[in-house]
Amino acid sequence: MLLRHTPKEVKAREGLTINPAKTCQPIGAMYAALGIHGCLPHSHGSQGCCSYHRSTLTRHYKEPVMAATSSFTEGASVFGGQANLLQSIETIFSVYDPDIIAVHSTCLSETIGDDLQQITKKASDDGKIPEGKYVIYASTPSFVGSHVTGYANMVTGIAEQFAKSTGEQKDQINIIAGWMEPSDMREIKRLSKELGVKIVLFPDTSDVLDAPQTGKHEFYPKGGTTIEELISVGDSKCSLALGCISAEPAAIALDKRCKVPFETVDMPIGLSATDRFIMSLSKAAGVDVPDEITDERGRLIDVMTDMEQYFYGKKVALFGDPDQLIPLTEFLLDLNMKPIHIVSGTPGQRFEKRMKEILQRIPEANFKNGLNADMFLLHQWMKNEPVDLLIGNTYGKYIARDENTPFIRFGFPILDRIGHSYFPNVGYAGSLRLIEKILGAFMDRQDREAPEEKFELVM
Amino acid sequence: MEEMKHYPDPAKVREELVGKYPAKVAKKRTKSIVINDPETRPEVQANVRTVPGIITQRGCSYAGCKGVVLGPTRDIVNIVHGPIGCSFYAWLTRRNQTRPETPEHENYITYCFSTDMQEENVVFGGEKKLKQAIQEAYDLFHPKSIAIFSTCPVGLIGDDVHAASKEMREKFGDCNVFGFSCEGYRGVSQSAGHHIANNGVFKHIVGRNNTIKEGKFKLNLLGEYNIGGDAFEIERIFEKAGLTLVASFSGNSTVGQLENSHTADLNVIMCHRSINYMGEMMETKYGIPWMKVNFVGAESTAKSLRKIAEYFDDEELKARVEAVIAEEMPKVKAVIDEIRPRTEGKTAMLFVGGSRAHHYQDLFTELGMTTVAAGYEFAHRDDYEGRHVLPSIKVDADSKNIEELKITADPELYQPRKTEAELEALKEKGLEINGYEGMMKQMMKKSLVVDDVSHYESEKLIEIYKPDIFCAGIKEKYVVQKMGVPLKQLHSYDYGGPYTGFIGATNFYRDIDRMVNNPVWKLIKAPWEKAGNGKSTELEASYVTQ
Repeated sequence: MLLRHTPKEVKAREGLTINPAKTCQPIGAMYAALGIHGCLPHSHGSQGCCSYHRSTLTRHYKEPVMAATSSFTEGASVFGGQANLLQSIETIFSVYDPDIIAVHSTCLSETIGDDLQQITKKASDDGKIPEGKYVIYASTPSFVGSHVTGYANMVTGIAEQFAKSTGEQKDQINIIAGWMEPSDMREIKRLSKELGVKIVLFPDTSDVLDAPQTGKHEFYPKGGTTIEELISVGDSKCSLALGCISAEPAAIALDKRCKVPFETVDMPIGLSATDRFIMSLSKAAGVDVPDEITDERGRLIDVMTDMEQYFYGKKVALFGDPDQLIPLTEFLLDLNMKPIHIVSGTPGQRFEKRMKEILQRIPEANFKNGLNADMFLLHQWMKNEPVDLLIGNTYGKYIARDENTPFIRFGFPILDRIGHSYFPNVGYAGSLRLIEKILGAFMDRQDREAPEEKFELVM
Repeated sequence: MEEMKHYPDPAKVREELVGKYPAKVAKKRTKSIVINDPETRPEVQANVRTVPGIITQRGCSYAGCKGVVLGPTRDIVNIVHGPIGCSFYAWLTRRNQTRPETPEHENYITYCFSTDMQEENVVFGGEKKLKQAIQEAYDLFHPKSIAIFSTCPVGLIGDDVHAASKEMREKFGDCNVFGFSCEGYRGVSQSAGHHIANNGVFKHIVGRNNTIKEGKFKLNLLGEYNIGGDAFEIERIFEKAGLTLVASFSGNSTVGQLENSHTADLNVIMCHRSINYMGEMMETKYGIPWMKVNFVGAESTAKSLRKIAEYFDDEELKARVEAVIAEEMPKVKAVIDEIRPRTEGKTAMLFVGGSRAHHYQDLFTELGMTTVAAGYEFAHRDDYEGRHVLPSIKVDADSKNIEELKITADPELYQPRKTEAELEALKEKGLEINGYEGMMKQMMKKSLVVDDVSHYESEKLIEIYKPDIFCAGIKEKYVVQKMGVPLKQLHSYDYGGPYTGFIGATNFYRDIDRMVNNPVWKLIKAPWEKAGNGKSTELEASYVTQ
């Protein structure tokens, strides 16, 4: 047993987190900044932070992840990191020549009280930022929130520091992406195009973290939301925020700053959430939903009805990030399955509230988020009430193997499979992919474990 | 070593590598880029700060302490005191394999423990939460040992992990709790963390159990972390040769082995950079000499085994070692004979670690490949130039912050394993006791040695030399491959291995053959791109009549 020391009996813990279902803010900020064209993320802290974040993102995407660091030493930690950041800005513009440097803080720079706004202003005053170039920032202390919070903070920083209101409304809608894969962002753009709606999607990591092999390394790949687009979001008709935790804060900021009204919808994972997304977008743009999209939906429903017997009553444990878990749990219920154990390390009352609503039909469901809502607890719950399926990031494979539970990789990080960056989880197409995976997991198990006389040809 | 022929002028290459930097940066980087001369071994600026803003391969002190040195020991509960990320990123990512004695024996490597420090802990102090976490770990697991690792905020807010550890250790009585001040900002790279880890392991673990293990030739294997099963292969060879491994620091190890390690009669060191401190301290306190070995490469493995046999100076052992080599080498030769015609004459670059960029050159030599440029990520001058430069290394402010333990001979346990005369005699025979000659001696004249290579320099080097393979880590993997050059990861081995010993050598030969000769690299361009753009080319097909 790989997790042989995990006891069945659950005891409350206050000090110790074991096998976390979250990581820290800066990696989310780094990921968000990669979704801006010509942007180099910069980690204002020790070298290790930047190295760890780049490594984790690289393992997840199997793609180059470029980012720089302020390389704090003990001296900088005592005297403040201003000199390090100023030197970083100078070095980066002369060596790597980005259009934008997106600086995020770390627990180290936050603890010593470095003020990114003041330092970037000084850089600007000192003439260290070349004409037409930008240095933006987000405060992302690792001891607050989670990687999802860091993502939200950087997206908010992007909105606040680029958006301009000219007073002249543009016929376009902002879609603020919650933490989703490049494949998902590509799918959002495709759906919007099908609907005939002009959108500005930000951030957008498609064509950045799924870049083609060409024999040439593009330091700044062709993807990412452009500066021009980001400036224009202040003139958009409205914003649609995909996810109340990772996307809504940026929408609120944009509303405050440029009076762009917004609506928050769930990330379009599964049937119902995709329906709401399509409804909201078509309504906001004043367009009818074309038959192509209705047909896509129909194909999803078709598979749901065809294969309903395999879903019914199946118990599921899941872990990950709130903006994904909320619509995913709802989708499992649409499939007539029983999500019974759910944890997310990301704190926030919104998750609890939404889960309570969604899970009304399953009174026995356990769910917890925030402090000590970790995979150790989830595993213990599974030992007390076993499930038919586990859904979560790669770390779930240790539980899945010990408990002989079918397992689907979903979320961040996925370190041992490919596909997540190429095939979407969002929209009707993404939901179909999820169903295919769920059925595959169940059926592979049935094929592996069925007695010979019960081995089925047709399923 | 012969001279590099038919390669670009290294002096011009160096100019090009630093050409784009601001003047001050260029000046600094030039000192870390050296044209090799294996005889004179010119000074390489190493173990100095990376310029802020430069995209570096380096990580932090915590990574070196927890991730590298302490991570592989399976029965310590390693609690990271800090915000969640540090523990999360070091969770199982280094591929330290371990094989518990039975399915019931302790193994915490699959677990990730953290105090998940929150803002209130940063403001009001985190010691209370730390002690609570230690108590909960003890209640849940009753481990033999709990280690505490400090992350950046811990040092800044002044949490005393050592006092907290001591208090809990005394409270429990049957669990060794100890702490490490390995905050990420200490030193200039992972290297500081190695040193801090060595100090802590030496202070808190080594020497706690004086039981003498059975076996005639007892040794410890230092600086071998069992990535991809490397230590398993070395263990196999040791067993075959009749050598008794007391402890490995720290691949596939237990706390019990480390506690007992001072009873060995020889320390052999694989990764000089990360563990030489331990060799030195054990020599001073217990009288155990150390010797640099290299089990990466079949010839190097044979050489290292012979050195060990020579050290123990026992005819039976020497004969047994020869028998092992005679049995293993033909299998290796069969593989190399098949592969070498396909790899001969190709070129490699290695920018990785603190010893791997040296060790793996042996394997490339066995493949008939030339290392045109190499450098370490976090090594010191002695790893490049040899330990003779140690007295001349200036201790700068960053190194001064790392504690140097004052070690003296143990009044009871100090027992020189060899007399001065015996050691001298061994040295006469060419046995390098307590020494290491570094990477440069082995590299060709006029090859390039680059310390802490930056992303920019790596790309330039690839453009200029067009190597057949580039060796580095995960952050560089796909950047280099996007340039059409295969990258072999020498931290994680691209999830393969082992690469040590005889079996490991053949694994490596096959992997490199596969990588440098993979037809996929020739498929990158689409047919229409090769012929110019499809739109602009004339239709060439002709109408075929029957």
